[in-house]
Amino acid sequence: MSSSDSGSPSAEGARVSARGWGWRHAGRTTDAVSDLDLEIAPGERVLLLGSSGAGKSTLLHALAGVLGDDEEGEESGELRIDSRHPADSRGRVGLVLQDPDSQVVLARVGDDVAFGCENLAVPREEIWRRVAHALEAVGLDLPQGHPTSTLSGGQKQRLALAGVLAMQPGLVLLDEPTANLDPHGVNEVRDAVVRSIGGSGATLVVVEHRVAVWRDVVDRVIVLSPEGGVLADGPVDEVLSSQGERLASAGVWVPGIPPHYPARNSGTAGPGSLLVATDLSVGRIPFGRKTPVAVATSIDLTLSAGTATAVTGPNGAGKSTLALTMAGLLAPAGGSLVAQERLANGAGGAPHRWRSKQLLSRVGMVFQDPEHQFLAATVRDELMVGPRALHMNPTDAERIVDELLQRLRLDRLAGANPFTLSGGEKRRLSVATALATRPQLLVLDEPTFGQDSRTWRELVALLSESLAEGIALLSATHDELFVDALADTRCVLPATRSTVPAVSPR
Amino acid sequence: MSLIAPEIRPSAIARINPVAKLAVALTVSCALLLSIDWVSAAVALLLEGILLAWSGLGLRQFVLRTAPVWIAAPLAALTTVLYGEDSGALLWHFGFVSVTEGSASLGLAIGLRVLAIGLPGVVLLATTDPTDLADGLAQVLRLPARFVLGGLAGLRLVGLLIEDWRSLALARRARGVGDGGGLFGNLKRIASQAFALLVISVRRGSKLATAMEAKGFGSDEPRTWARPSVFGAREFAVVGIGVGIAAAAIIVAMWAGTWHFVLA
Repeated sequence: MSSSDSGSPSAEGARVSARGWGWRHAGRTTDAVSDLDLEIAPGERVLLLGSSGAGKSTLLHALAGVLGDDEEGEESGELRIDSRHPADSRGRVGLVLQDPDSQVVLARVGDDVAFGCENLAVPREEIWRRVAHALEAVGLDLPQGHPTSTLSGGQKQRLALAGVLAMQPGLVLLDEPTANLDPHGVNEVRDAVVRSIGGSGATLVVVEHRVAVWRDVVDRVIVLSPEGGVLADGPVDEVLSSQGERLASAGVWVPGIPPHYPARNSGTAGPGSLLVATDLSVGRIPFGRKTPVAVATSIDLTLSAGTATAVTGPNGAGKSTLALTMAGLLAPAGGSLVAQERLANGAGGAPHRWRSKQLLSRVGMVFQDPEHQFLAATVRDELMVGPRALHMNPTDAERIVDELLQRLRLDRLAGANPFTLSGGEKRRLSVATALATRPQLLVLDEPTFGQDSRTWRELVALLSESLAEGIALLSATHDELFVDALADTRCVLPATRSTVPAVSPR
Repeated sequence: MSLIAPEIRPSAIARINPVAKLAVALTVSCALLLSIDWVSAAVALLLEGILLAWSGLGLRQFVLRTAPVWIAAPLAALTTVLYGEDSGALLWHFGFVSVTEGSASLGLAIGLRVLAIGLPGVVLLATTDPTDLADGLAQVLRLPARFVLGGLAGLRLVGLLIEDWRSLALARRARGVGDGGGLFGNLKRIASQAFALLVISVRRGSKLATAMEAKGFGSDEPRTWARPSVFGAREFAVVGIGVGIAAAAIIVAMWAGTWHFVLA
């Protein structure tokens, strides 16, 4: 494709080669990556797979030249981009990371895309030509002065991609670019990658555990082995047929191999309802305002012991807000929400008026971002927070915590800091902390977001056990497989962008 | 509209390079801090009042944004009138509170001063986009790009802090440690929540730093600027006006005989 007239990214694809390459993070005894030999030709599109801990992200960060120097870790062997060390390949490589919020640098869309070009000392007129082209390539049809703070997750990821494309790199690296997005956002970003990379000759390396999203985009799959080196390497179908089962059991979402989960035994649905919402409106109080603004209205919902309810609907429909309201963390914006005596147990009918400790033995809440709810310095102490707040008998508390640690395979991490756990481990821990106080109702906000299939399987198994024990479950989710696996009833919130000022509750 | 991405209305003052506005604010403030008398502050305030017509702020906007200054000025004046150093004729007396000619004129001088320094400062902020200010600081004043852009990118994260703080509060309530313990419990809770916010911010900040580094930021190579920051005749004229206001305030006060150099 000629670039001088169309203004399309014109950089030649970069060649990647690794010879016996390895990396050990400072302070660790085992290598994150070791004995890696591989060769990626210019223009190739590669999906990089491997179980968690196989070093996919480490390799990607190394290729992007952001792994750091000798203080950060120890390098062995040789890693080259066009026969240069990645640290000397500034501008040749572009990287899109997982978290949409922490990649936006500047306040306006156009400025943010221009940022990379400025750092590469591209002349001003050329920068704006590239910005316009990159925004078009990723399909972000917004004025360049548009504030970046109002973008959706999918739009932010496309913005990050546009910023990378404008630098006209020879190698584009995507590190789980869609893990934090809802299904709509996932497709948005995938399509933007297909469209934009198609026009340039850039080499592409994607790390992602949802194979189905990328299988038609890439022409080669490389599977890293946790023991070091490469486990499998070849065309997509070939690798999936030879390694599919093995990858699936390691947590990769392989098309055609859905995770196994135990069937629900629905025999023990307890009598009676716990929480009844009638014509409920939910909303938050905006910063600096006094009355809540309703995001979802006219909700009728009854939660009963031993049953699972799924709240679904598009982004912005108010799923999380409904979950927080049902969990007694936000006051209703209108209508009524009444806790039945079986749940309230003398604490009164309005969950949002309960004291924090009263909430603990009644309703458990698992937040979308587990990091927000961590309070202690070790995994064991984290699990003890709830039982301690309830002044539970120490022997009982120890027993409950030990049992949970074992059941969720967290026992060997009991002394670790919660913040240092992997994404899947954090998720398991956050569910365990909610279960430690034996609540009657468990509310989960996007519990399976960005999880590998192994964590997914374990979560579903744990939750169906809890259901069998008579717990009531409410999950706000986008995950259809999760809904199929667990939900008895589904509450669909319609798309509403309008924000109706709500009547204050009384 | 928010603290971080303010809605800047197009106006004559909004178009001026922020560095020039900063220079004006600093010049006038310095001049007014050299003396405490009512004449110099009144002259500066009057001349600034004329310029405010070009700020493009509506009355409501103006009142809302400058409200803190309007509250602070009379309070400062009143305090000085009641408790300030006494001199001249005694006007009013109650217990250990006494109002004299000297303390009354000192109070007036202080009140006007707070207004004359505070109002233009707030208005200049309200007409300045942080991105433009950063461009100006780096391109006009040649401050290091790493420092200026790092600060600008960090400023964007502040907007996320409010949301994080709320999530942390909800999460603490859900974990059973959201209330109780009286005043001491509350203080302890705020401290631990603030620490959690710090941890989350540092983690996000380091991710942002990685993203910036991956876009070629932070090397010693020269960089270009997509947005020109021009300091031209218009900016020099604005700085000239600022110097003029400062000079007029000092000269009129000297001529009126009220100028009292604080360091003398």
